[in-house]
Amino acid sequence: MSANNCRAVKVVDIKPLGHSSPGEEIVELKLEYPGWESGWRVGQFVMIRPVSWPLDLIWGRPFSISNADDTTLTILFQVVGRGTKRLMELTKGDSVNIWGPLGSFFSKPKDRPVLMLAGGMGIAPFCGYVDSHEQPENLKLFFAHRPPLGNYPYKALSDKVEVEDIQETKPEDIQTIIARVEALVKEYGDKNGLVVACGPTPFLRTIQRAALKYGVDAELSLENRMACGVGACLGCVCKDSEGHHTQVCTSGPVFKATAIDMEG
Amino acid sequence: MDMSVDFAGLKLKNPILTASGTFGSGLEFKRFGDLESLGGIVVKGLSLKPREGNPMPRIAETPCGMLNAIGIQNPGVEDFLTKKLPKLPWKTLPIFVNLYATDAAEFGELAAVLAGEEGVAALEVNVSCPNVKEGGIAFGQDPSQITKVAEAVKKNAGNKPVIIKLSPNVTDIATCARAAEDGGADGISLINTLSGMAVDIERRTPRLANVIGGLSGPAVKPVALRCVYQAVNAVKIPVIGLGGIATAEDAAEFLLVGATAVQIGTANFLRPDTAFKIAEELPKVLARVNAKSLDEFRGSLILPK
Repeated sequence: MSANNCRAVKVVDIKPLGHSSPGEEIVELKLEYPGWESGWRVGQFVMIRPVSWPLDLIWGRPFSISNADDTTLTILFQVVGRGTKRLMELTKGDSVNIWGPLGSFFSKPKDRPVLMLAGGMGIAPFCGYVDSHEQPENLKLFFAHRPPLGNYPYKALSDKVEVEDIQETKPEDIQTIIARVEALVKEYGDKNGLVVACGPTPFLRTIQRAALKYGVDAELSLENRMACGVGACLGCVCKDSEGHHTQVCTSGPVFKATAIDMEG
Repeated sequence: MDMSVDFAGLKLKNPILTASGTFGSGLEFKRFGDLESLGGIVVKGLSLKPREGNPMPRIAETPCGMLNAIGIQNPGVEDFLTKKLPKLPWKTLPIFVNLYATDAAEFGELAAVLAGEEGVAALEVNVSCPNVKEGGIAFGQDPSQITKVAEAVKKNAGNKPVIIKLSPNVTDIATCARAAEDGGADGISLINTLSGMAVDIERRTPRLANVIGGLSGPAVKPVALRCVYQAVNAVKIPVIGLGGIATAEDAAEFLLVGATAVQIGTANFLRPDTAFKIAEELPKVLARVNAKSLDEFRGSLILPK
């Protein structure tokens, strides 16, 4: 029998990034590395549930692994609901149950240009992507966001790879973002690049449409509400390209753009 | 303490089973514990043909519980038998297959498929799903239908014990329990989920695409305990208790009112090793409350005079 993969780890550090508005904070949570025997891959996620949570909150919460090394594992979350509000109350030394790493991961091809498309909190996995890629000179990040850049771990990324961003401050900005995303996807297709993307569903749908239109190799990281995170509850399904329901947690969260139907 | 249980002729290592729909095929949980340390597992509901289930969203978290309206999404019985069952340690771990069909004849057909499968220990018949348009709860609320389905499954199940899973969404649970017994069931399990609903006042929409779903989790435990208590007193066949069990103490409560075994369901989502922990903790809890044995403790509830 292998070791139990559900482990209690301590909070190493927790802090809001930048100057986010109360109630919408973007928080960086550092946990002790759970000692995974087989390591982890960029794009995979974890389920976490603080040991102190009462039965009132019944599910763990899924988060992309933002980054990890031998001692710590970092996730990013934005306070959006009752779970994330309670997560923000964690303090250094608190115990958190964590199970993972879960799901599929992004490709990291050698000698090919890679375009990272991040929308809002979708920036999380690209911290690890950049740090673990052998050729950061081949990477470019395009970041679409609403809160200011200082509320995200953007600076650390801009120090290492080429970056570009658009802040959405008014409804018309969405069209600008869509046009720029489509142009970038086409450009990377023309140079035999790979597109990797993470963000809200409408953002990913725009990328998928462009990728299919121009025949570009693209990988999309989906998110969904999850109860179990391990493929059992069937609460997080999406439609595959044949129209069948498949679990985001185990078939994904990272899917080839050609493998899923996001239009239904 | 000897934790083994004789359930309708099946020898279980202990009374801790997992509830259908919360533990996948069991294989999903291998990385969180030793499946063989459980009394058995009840796999996600299977139908003759694959089913896509309901549209999204399908789940909503509610205080101390959750609503689900999955709609019996499953790859069909053949897929389970050929792809999943061979990977499960069925020689040493009783595998209970949960069955879903839309009429008695189809239930019988499904039972016939499973009757000859060496790796299947028992059949649990779902006549209580609140999330499907046909069958499901429609059967479970009509005692004569419960009897008919029990008869149809029992007739084709060979030597496999047949367990009827009952709905709490009924006026009189004792009548439904007796209806299953009258149909020849070897046991009953209860409760399935309570019919429920959640809405979003900002969007003015239901939180589930199916509008109505099934409530499970610790919130339903008192209802479940009451149902199990009444069912135990209504029938002679063994009763499996479930509904909101999250700790070994909770499991002991169901044993105290007379359940022969229990199932761990939604608590598998609190952390994926919950069922393993409960199986490990239960003997300690029983020792702490001075139980002489599992049999001595079971059904030993002292009622007020």
